[in-house]
Amino acid sequence: MKILVHIKRVVDYQIRPRPTQDGKDVELTNVKMSINPFDENAVEGAVRLKEAGVATEVVVVAVGTAANQDVLRHALAMGADRAVLVETLTVVQPLAAAKYLKAVTEREAPQLVLTGKQAIDDDAAETAQMLSALLNWPQATFASKIDVVDGKALVVREIDGGQETLSLPLPAVVSVDLRLNEPRFIKLPALMMAKKKLIETLPAAEFGITAPALEIVNIAEPPARKAGKILNSVAELVAALRTEKVVS
Amino acid sequence: MSVLVIAELDSHGIKAATRSAVTAASQFGEEVHLLLAGNDVAGIATQASAINGLNKILLVDATEYAHGIAENLTPLLVQLAPSYSAIVAAATSFGKNLLPRAAALLDVAMVSEVIQIIDATTFVRPMYAGNLNATVKAPAGLRILTIRPTVFEAAAATGGSAVVETIAASGDAGQAAWVSRDLVQLDRPELATARVVISGGRSLGSAEGFKATLTPLADVLGAAIGATRAAVDAGMAPNDSQVGQTGTVVAPELYIAFGVSGAAQHVGGIKDSKVIVAVNHDADAPIFQVADYGLVADLFTVIPELTAALKG
Repeated sequence: MKILVHIKRVVDYQIRPRPTQDGKDVELTNVKMSINPFDENAVEGAVRLKEAGVATEVVVVAVGTAANQDVLRHALAMGADRAVLVETLTVVQPLAAAKYLKAVTEREAPQLVLTGKQAIDDDAAETAQMLSALLNWPQATFASKIDVVDGKALVVREIDGGQETLSLPLPAVVSVDLRLNEPRFIKLPALMMAKKKLIETLPAAEFGITAPALEIVNIAEPPARKAGKILNSVAELVAALRTEKVVS
Repeated sequence: MSVLVIAELDSHGIKAATRSAVTAASQFGEEVHLLLAGNDVAGIATQASAINGLNKILLVDATEYAHGIAENLTPLLVQLAPSYSAIVAAATSFGKNLLPRAAALLDVAMVSEVIQIIDATTFVRPMYAGNLNATVKAPAGLRILTIRPTVFEAAAATGGSAVVETIAASGDAGQAAWVSRDLVQLDRPELATARVVISGGRSLGSAEGFKATLTPLADVLGAAIGATRAAVDAGMAPNDSQVGQTGTVVAPELYIAFGVSGAAQHVGGIKDSKVIVAVNHDADAPIFQVADYGLVADLFTVIPELTAALKG
């Protein structure tokens, strides 16, 4: 069984994002970028299925600028076999990403597509469901456990207040949550080996894809919280919390 | 044209989050209809028609809608879409699972987690876990949105008199099959919805230390216990207690951070809390910049004192 994993390159989770001066975008110049953390869980999930003998090949795919080579290498170092980059000039929105991924998925013909439940830049949580719809495949979102049994994926997904289990005939699309696993730490030899693995680049223009997109009017920091107060004792803190009526 | 709201059901009928979506939908200034799809839901239609602000209920009762499977509901949305200017659902796990699937088939760039409706095509939505807000304009034509239920007050459950129209079911897509559902019975409030959250960072030292230090105070406050990503990565706290951009986003009335430095990803996940308290021995920790009240002190001294004071 082949697994395709969709990953995205985003501003590192430890970095505080800021708007560009014109307020039309997020400042990405000289900002540390990393694999989207939830996508890292997806890569880990796929590699573990391969290590368990369930999957035979793990292919990672990114849709974005040439800079995505670094996150694809990261996934290869984690244990993915091959990488595909659909190279665009800018970061694309979820519907366009889903259309490119559909084309790559049809070409690769995997039995399972995995991806993070959302990217921590736009927080849209849309691409997996959109891809699943365009392929007319079953979907399971926010997965915390994936078992492949008798040609079906048994997926436990996080829902409000608990979990539910779905059974999906393959091929299927699954988006994963943090609880799925803890991604492995990459050691230097794995990183060196990943440098030798293949990244295939496909120019986005070759796909002839168009998609409606949202126009970004403005990106701004939300209103700042009012300045806080430094207290001197636990007694002062208790008094303040009682004044705020947040403790009895 | 009208706006279509998708109803989400639980064992009590229509969820409060759906009534928040009704409030958001009413801001378009058009008729608001509610799609009520489920199994054995005729009784709930009476409850739905009483929701203030609704003009019409589209009732569809069939076994394939019993568990909110997106593959079965999507064809209904695609079929109804031409009659509507907008489709709205709450940004719950149900809404977030369903609407993108419909949006792709309708070739619509959807808008997720809307926190403000400026006009019929202009919306504000958070990015980077609320560290930034984006104002976006959707293309003309059908708009599809999920709205964040905590920022739109729920429409009143009574006072409305919507007409109920029964529509035909679209059949079982035969894709994902529902197996089971477990709703968690917690001995502590759930992190995402707790009224009080206390959390700890790596300076709590060990898994045993983390639990032993925070539990007595959590018991007194009836609080959920959260942790920073660093504490989770160090194995001191379980994965699902992680608060922040890559964990759970919280918005309690009271958030107390003990030994938390205030990394961007953590702050992104707590900034909608009503009152934030930070206790850290490092006076320069960035957490103090977002805290309403700060105490520069050793958490191992503060926690027992605070526990005792609140008990008394």
